Amino acid sequence: MAEFKQEQFIIQGKNTEKMESISRPALSFWQDAWRRLRKNRTAFIGLCILTLYVLMAIFAPMLSRYSYTAMDSDAMNQAPSALHWLGTDATGRDQWVRVWMGARVSLAIGLFTAVINMCVGAVIGGLCGYYGGKLDMIVMRIVDILYGIPSLIITILVMMVLGKGVAPLIVALCVVGWIGTCRFVRGEVYRLKEQEFVMAARVLGVPDFTIILRHIIPNIIGMLVTNLCMSIPGAIFQEAFLSYIGLGIAPPNCSWGVLAKEGIAYLRIYPHEIFWPAFFICTTMLALNLLGDGLRDALDPKLRGTE
Amino acid sequence: MAKYIIKRVIAAILTLLVLVTIVFFLVRLMPGEPFTNPKLTPDVAANLRKYYGFDKPLIVQYFQYMGNLLRGDFGYSMHYTNKTVNYIIGQTFPFSADLGIRALCLAISFGLILGILAARKRGTKIDFFCVMVAIIGTSMPDFIIGACLQYFFGIKWGLFPVAKYQGFQYTVLPACALSFYTLAHVSRIMRASMLEVTSQDYIKTARSKGLSEVRITAKHQIRNAIMPVMTILGPTVAAVLTGTFVIEAIFAIPGMGKYYVESVSNNDYSMTLGMTVFYGIFLVFCNLIVDILYGIADPRVRIGKR
Repeated sequence: MAEFKQEQFIIQGKNTEKMESISRPALSFWQDAWRRLRKNRTAFIGLCILTLYVLMAIFAPMLSRYSYTAMDSDAMNQAPSALHWLGTDATGRDQWVRVWMGARVSLAIGLFTAVINMCVGAVIGGLCGYYGGKLDMIVMRIVDILYGIPSLIITILVMMVLGKGVAPLIVALCVVGWIGTCRFVRGEVYRLKEQEFVMAARVLGVPDFTIILRHIIPNIIGMLVTNLCMSIPGAIFQEAFLSYIGLGIAPPNCSWGVLAKEGIAYLRIYPHEIFWPAFFICTTMLALNLLGDGLRDALDPKLRGTE
Repeated sequence: MAKYIIKRVIAAILTLLVLVTIVFFLVRLMPGEPFTNPKLTPDVAANLRKYYGFDKPLIVQYFQYMGNLLRGDFGYSMHYTNKTVNYIIGQTFPFSADLGIRALCLAISFGLILGILAARKRGTKIDFFCVMVAIIGTSMPDFIIGACLQYFFGIKWGLFPVAKYQGFQYTVLPACALSFYTLAHVSRIMRASMLEVTSQDYIKTARSKGLSEVRITAKHQIRNAIMPVMTILGPTVAAVLTGTFVIEAIFAIPGMGKYYVESVSNNDYSMTLGMTVFYGIFLVFCNLIVDILYGIADPRVRIGKR
């Protein structure tokens, strides 16, 4: 058996310095998520539709020559024409402007409700999940009880107490709306705080505040954003429903729900009056659902680097 | 099992107690009062207030109301004089319940079928169709679906009656409109959970035993995949029942929804309170049944709780 000596071997192609060097640019979590979101065609279409609607809601009423409250008794219930792009309603108000004014209200309600619910739910759920103990037990019993109460009943009653308007509507939708997020955040935090990296941080003497900020929040932020996107349609739906039963927005302000309600009254004679608000509600919902699905895939850390 | 059921029942009773309390005080906080008819002289209004017990302190009223509630008495309506709230609920609830049950059956059966079909034929045109139905269904508020159905099937093509509720063909459109959202939701969840189950070990075992595909789907996949659908049944019942408000208004069905909305604008305290509490009891009861069923179906639920 031949003897092999160390000197007989030459190391080929191993360079300890180059081995560890990073050959591709490092992507942060959000850059990576954005890259994957762009690849997902349906989600990207959803995002484009939403951006378009938001821009239109901001600028269309400013650029139109009509005011959303100006009535015109010579032009009632007109079909779409060059003068009135989407026609006029029963009092001769221009539907194009009213649709985009409604978009302002509907989108704002959806966004604010979802954001407030997310913040309140995340803070309460996070505290309960992280600190546990008596506080957790008491809050969770309360949450369990509130969860059993049909939310719509509470929303309707709060609306009746506070009166019509955008701010009361948001408050009413937030009274019980945070519970879902709270339960979900609590569960996640509860799971995360038992994991090794949190344990390691705690052993190293990192204060609680920093652990929450640096270790726990980054791990749930993706799910929170997805949750946020998915809960906006719910808020817009509820606004439309409340406006429909006459508890939503006070005239002359309008929202898509109010427009749909007005349109349904003339369904037999002027079907186009229900068509446009219905079209915008449905496409917005569709866009948000598609975007939410895309975000869920894009922000899931487990899927990172696959494909 | 008995312990689990007792726990759920206690939770349900607590929920009801909180619900009734919140609703009672919220209703009293509402601006305005019931006896504002200008025909009433101040004396008569004062007498009426006394008759309904509004002169007593709020807390006394509360315990009186709770006492009456325990006997199942919702009191007299303040707007429809001489009619009890119980009578009005008794007259109107059967219509709402009938519509709700029809819609629920439609939604669950078709939702499950679509979800199973989509998962079995994954990636084909059938799957695409089912997913499209699910997306469209969750993107449309029920009053818009109702209006569309009414316009096309009722007015344009004249296939079904436009309104009222007097026979089977009258129920078709409202039930469809009411069920669409839930149908879409159920099919979406069923599809996802079917696909998740497909990769489980026991399906591989079943397949390697040589069972036919139909048998695997029917006996192993569906049974396990149906669990997540059961969890949403409680909220689903709530969604369908509250959806009846709007559908009843569109199709002119003499159900509870109309009276509920009217009582709100009339400041008819006892009606609002009674109907809210009634809805609440009904929904909490539905949730309780779903919880217990879930506990029976899935042993992990009743034993495991960290």
